[in-house]
Amino acid sequence: MKLSGTEIILECLKQEKVKVVFGIPGAAIMPLYDSFGRVEKLSFKNILTRHEQGAIHAADGYARASGEVGVCITTSGPGATNLVTGLANAHLDSVPLVAFTGQVPTDMVGNDAFQEVDITGITIPVTKNNYIVRRVEDLAAVIKEAFYIARSGRPGPVLVDLPKDVLLAKGSFKYPEKVNRRGYNPSYKGHIRQIKFAADKIMKSKKPVIIAGGGIISANASGELIKLANKTNIPVVNTFMGIGSFPKNHYLFLGMLGMYGCYIANQATSNADLIIALGTRFDDRITGKLEQFCPQTEVIHIDIDPAEIGKNVGVKIPIVGDLKYILHQLNNCLSERDNNEWLTEIQDVQGNMVVQPEEKMGELRPKYIIKCINESLKGEAIIVTDVGQHQMWAANYCQILHPRTFISSGGLGTMGYGLPAAIGAKFAYPRKPVICISGDGSFQMNIQELATAIYNRLPIIVILMNNGYLGMVRQLQELFFEKRYVSTLLAGSPDFVKIVEGYGGTGFRVDKKEEFSSVFKKAVELEQFVLIDCQIPKEENNFPMVQPGSSINQMIGVEES
Amino acid sequence: MKHTIAILVEDQPGVMVRVASLFTRRGFNIESIAVGHSEKPGISRMTIITSGDEKVLEQITKQLNKLVDVIRVRDISPRNVIERELVLVKVHTDSLSIRAEVIQLVEIFKAKVVYVEKNTLTIEMSGDEEKVSGLLELLKPFGIIEIVRTGRIAIARSKKNGDI
Repeated sequence: MKLSGTEIILECLKQEKVKVVFGIPGAAIMPLYDSFGRVEKLSFKNILTRHEQGAIHAADGYARASGEVGVCITTSGPGATNLVTGLANAHLDSVPLVAFTGQVPTDMVGNDAFQEVDITGITIPVTKNNYIVRRVEDLAAVIKEAFYIARSGRPGPVLVDLPKDVLLAKGSFKYPEKVNRRGYNPSYKGHIRQIKFAADKIMKSKKPVIIAGGGIISANASGELIKLANKTNIPVVNTFMGIGSFPKNHYLFLGMLGMYGCYIANQATSNADLIIALGTRFDDRITGKLEQFCPQTEVIHIDIDPAEIGKNVGVKIPIVGDLKYILHQLNNCLSERDNNEWLTEIQDVQGNMVVQPEEKMGELRPKYIIKCINESLKGEAIIVTDVGQHQMWAANYCQILHPRTFISSGGLGTMGYGLPAAIGAKFAYPRKPVICISGDGSFQMNIQELATAIYNRLPIIVILMNNGYLGMVRQLQELFFEKRYVSTLLAGSPDFVKIVEGYGGTGFRVDKKEEFSSVFKKAVELEQFVLIDCQIPKEENNFPMVQPGSSINQMIGVEES
Repeated sequence: MKHTIAILVEDQPGVMVRVASLFTRRGFNIESIAVGHSEKPGISRMTIITSGDEKVLEQITKQLNKLVDVIRVRDISPRNVIERELVLVKVHTDSLSIRAEVIQLVEIFKAKVVYVEKNTLTIEMSGDEEKVSGLLELLKPFGIIEIVRTGRIAIARSKKNGDI
């Protein structure tokens, strides 16, 4: 029996066990949306967002929380170009996504037809791979391959462009059982000799540090990482993307590494004689000034992407493969050891260094807000953030104990990511509390998704850290641009409580420290969409920090008490 | 240092763009690029001349390997390879004596005259880089009207050097 293109897509989505798709219809993709209405029961939830960027960030949040491939669907032209930021965001953070875009009919492609853009051409640099399907006969194989490539190896976003006539044409359907691409063979098993070599190096090292990156989370290798640390007593720092890969309450955990990282994490890494780098790409926010990043330290680098090894930092022992598998083997090669001398040295470095300035009485400040959230939820929630100062406060202060419970835009730093990503995370875990920590700048970049969240009755709690500024940029202006606050004052911001109420949700405004805890408790109990507009000090800073272009062991905003 | 990179790719639309876009985006240099069908149906072979230190070359090959349509990448410069480039060049030959002089050069370089008209000669030549630029250098004083070059292609000399 022959199926239409749209029926083939529905069949493929069923085979891939897709549970939810996010998107917005339009002219070119109409046949596909129409087919959703033709079937008795869709095999997935179809969620209408209010902007295509919201759709792809929601799919991204869903993918990060669940570990499955996120799916979004948009029309051609502007619908497709609105995905570009979301694709770049997922690409830099290695998030598995499949984005379907409508396209004008094949005979009109290249004619500058209405709502035509060359979306495959545009998105080459921001996708793992992309396709335009020109024949209905190719459709099933392309979709199979798209999902396979998105989730295998180093995960990433894949775009499939669907000309309207291909959606309408009829073809025979057979879902391929497996994908065979001679140009795509990710290696999963690390070289055993290298693994033994690494084990030997670890046993001989005196001051080892583990850097846990986002790759641990992608590979579902947290259990193996914890085993590695427990067995060898090696202290662990994580990258921003690695938050959640190692429980923050573990006695070997030092904190986040890098520009807005912890003093002790940066110092310990700088003083280490061996770095065990797991699933990290040594981004410039981690290394600071590259030439001064641990020049004497030997590095064992384990990653699934060979191109990341040796890209930024010289590596003594490279191992390419799947972290779960390799760490399991590595653990078998290691014997137990203590590290008491080194751990004591690290504690001594911390000494009585404190982050300045200390809290003033009565002020509602970010650290306190997050402390209340931690006390209330005890690390058993999914924290989603936007981008800016609140993001770094969340990264440093939130109690994160499990992988996939801290969701944030790392590589691209996409303001506006938080709310739609929280929507996606909520669809992945309807029963877990989802907290979206945002700022007044970021929140206004995808504020329209309030409709999606509230209409779908998603009990998300938004903590809006409202300082009336684009705070992160303002902080840089204060420190490095002689306080010339050009274009960072967010004059004209709306009354956020009224905005949320206008969409049918609940909003509270808090400006006193003593009010926050009870308001947050009320928000949790309400089990509906709540926004808490937190009026925080206008010139609150993210400290400590590394000045751009400096080495990571030179931090400002931390001093001896 | 200059490097010759041989790449086997899927013979599909857009592959050339993916490869070229990667070079541009990551700031790798392309001196020349040549592409055509290989001995296997469905597979094309690209030859790219690029430059960079060891670290850059490592990134070029690794990043190229990540492209799904790229089947194999080899930096073949250190190997024993034969390199060729085809050049078509049109030269002014204003007088009979100049024409004779140009034809003499063509013979020395084992090139070929492929078209003659009153005041011009069109010459075809293939060879390695040294030979091609040698002839072009000597033709320059006569007045070159137009040069078309295919870009270099390369093949391993013997079977045991491995297919590229």
